[in-house]
Amino acid sequence: MSASAAAGGTVGHIRHVLSENPVTGLSFGLFGLLVLTAILGPSLVPYDPLASSDAALAAPSAKHWFGTDNLGRDVFARVVVATRLDLGMAFAAVALVFVTGTLAGVAAGFLGGWTDRIVGRVTDTIMAFPLFVLAMGLVAALGNTIANVIYATAIINFPIYARVARTEANIRREAGYIEAARLAGASTLAVMLFEVLPNVLPIMMVQVSLTMGYAILNTAGLSFIGLGIRPPTAEWGIMVAEGAGYIVSGEWWIALFPGLALMLAVFTFNLMGDGLRDIVDPRRRT
Amino acid sequence: MFGLLARRLAAALPTLAGVIVVTFLMTRALPGDPAAYFAGPAATREAVEEIRRQLGLDQPLWVQFGDYLADLARGDLGLSITTGQPVLADIAQRLPASAELTLIGLLIAAGFGVPMGVAAALRPNSWVDHLCRVIATAGVSLPTFFTGLLLVYVFYYQLGWAPAPLGRLDAFSSPPPQVTGFYLIDSLLAGDIETFTGAAAQLALPALTLGIFALAPIARMTRGSMLSVLSSDFIRAARAAGLSGNTIVIRYALRNALLPVVTTLGMVLSFLLGANVLVEKVFAWPGIGSYAIEALIASDYAPVQGFVMAMAILYVALNLVIDLAYQAIDPRVRIEA
Repeated sequence: MSASAAAGGTVGHIRHVLSENPVTGLSFGLFGLLVLTAILGPSLVPYDPLASSDAALAAPSAKHWFGTDNLGRDVFARVVVATRLDLGMAFAAVALVFVTGTLAGVAAGFLGGWTDRIVGRVTDTIMAFPLFVLAMGLVAALGNTIANVIYATAIINFPIYARVARTEANIRREAGYIEAARLAGASTLAVMLFEVLPNVLPIMMVQVSLTMGYAILNTAGLSFIGLGIRPPTAEWGIMVAEGAGYIVSGEWWIALFPGLALMLAVFTFNLMGDGLRDIVDPRRRT
Repeated sequence: MFGLLARRLAAALPTLAGVIVVTFLMTRALPGDPAAYFAGPAATREAVEEIRRQLGLDQPLWVQFGDYLADLARGDLGLSITTGQPVLADIAQRLPASAELTLIGLLIAAGFGVPMGVAAALRPNSWVDHLCRVIATAGVSLPTFFTGLLLVYVFYYQLGWAPAPLGRLDAFSSPPPQVTGFYLIDSLLAGDIETFTGAAAQLALPALTLGIFALAPIARMTRGSMLSVLSSDFIRAARAAGLSGNTIVIRYALRNALLPVVTTLGMVLSFLLGANVLVEKVFAWPGIGSYAIEALIASDYAPVQGFVMAMAILYVALNLVIDLAYQAIDPRVRIEA
């Protein structure tokens, strides 16, 4: 099979997946929108997200699209500006666990023995906790900072990455191309890093999208209970917390819009993850 | 059966050991110097050293770990600075509120999730299936604290159907005499219908919030497992034998399909126990989650650590129960084990 035919097959496959499930195409579009908002948002918004004004608790209007909060700050500006921080924190956590989890999992699955036992013990211990509770405990113990929220989010996602990577590395252990590389005189480390790892990566990329949604929920949940981000910073979780007290008196917009933004972001990543999985690994469809 | 129980308990021991080591490390990783923290801001250098000796923090780490284990064995999780009570007593007092909420949430999730999964599996790629997929994805995408607030706005502020989101009972009722700690059960035992309906009304929205969140994994798992069971040989045989559709779906397919769903309950519970903390904050629910949050805000660390430990032990125990239930339902697992 020539290279162009293989490429055509991949494109055809992607087109097939997209046509069968238009929602996946939609999720790619939403993802682009989120990324653009994160990059350009702060320079586009009409108001300073931290500047208060006399118009406190104003309902949504042409002047303030999403209304204003109790300090008269523009909710639309705050929601837009917060995109960068929320996506950034989740992305940092996922990038961290993508590297560490994948390497640990591949080493466990490929090397076996003690490496496997240690990685297995660590993942089992993490999974023995309800994950959000573990994240709370970690941030409380390590100190209430944004960096620690990111570390905690990475740690609670570690088992997913390590387990998937371990399984994928394990089934490739005896593959023909691995044997060939060994016979050609490559060291165990070289075989692991240059033969096994590249073949595991596509499946791990799917995990990135699936766990991004969870990471966003987790960091926002932590700031909702007062961990990590502090007022007056614009962040979706903390904005929902600030608006929570006004729900019972009918000022719904303060909590609703940041909540919707949060939901849209998580929804996008979950849908995109499902779509990517259909493209990369059609057998796993559920 | 006892041999089996003993084996499973033994298998849970390393996990429990891991939990204890992690929580111990958390107590020693407190931001800054724990001795300075407990001595207070005005303490002199000598006072801090004195506290350090009292707390055993000048000892090597393994000695500290031994002390920690001894304290644990006596059920001593430290004192809460905010309430002035032993942490264990606080947690024991507040645990039923959290347990009642989580259990009802789980029942709601299973009550809706399983039929949804079955309906989707019976007509794959139909509108029912797609609707199920959207609802399930939306369910996990909704932050629980946000769902809770939405429900409060609609059912309390707009419609006036639900009571104010302020705890387990309204201010005018007194709790029923404590038997189980579950207000729904205790009020029925006391024959107090008014308290029962009051407690149920307070519980409805927070439990629904949790249920919506946990619905997605249950519906997805039921769908996947129903699909594979429906295409198996024994279902084809049952169809060929002319059994009615309902008999096949419920008596044959669903009973077999539920087994993998039971194994995923562990993961669902992990989600639920975590989401529980957020829901308790939204509804001012007096459970262990809001206890931990109050302590966190006051920088009162012993309750937070006690809470994390209690949740982990509870979770390990629940997983053990799920494991045993699974073996009770499915004889094949017992033979293999």
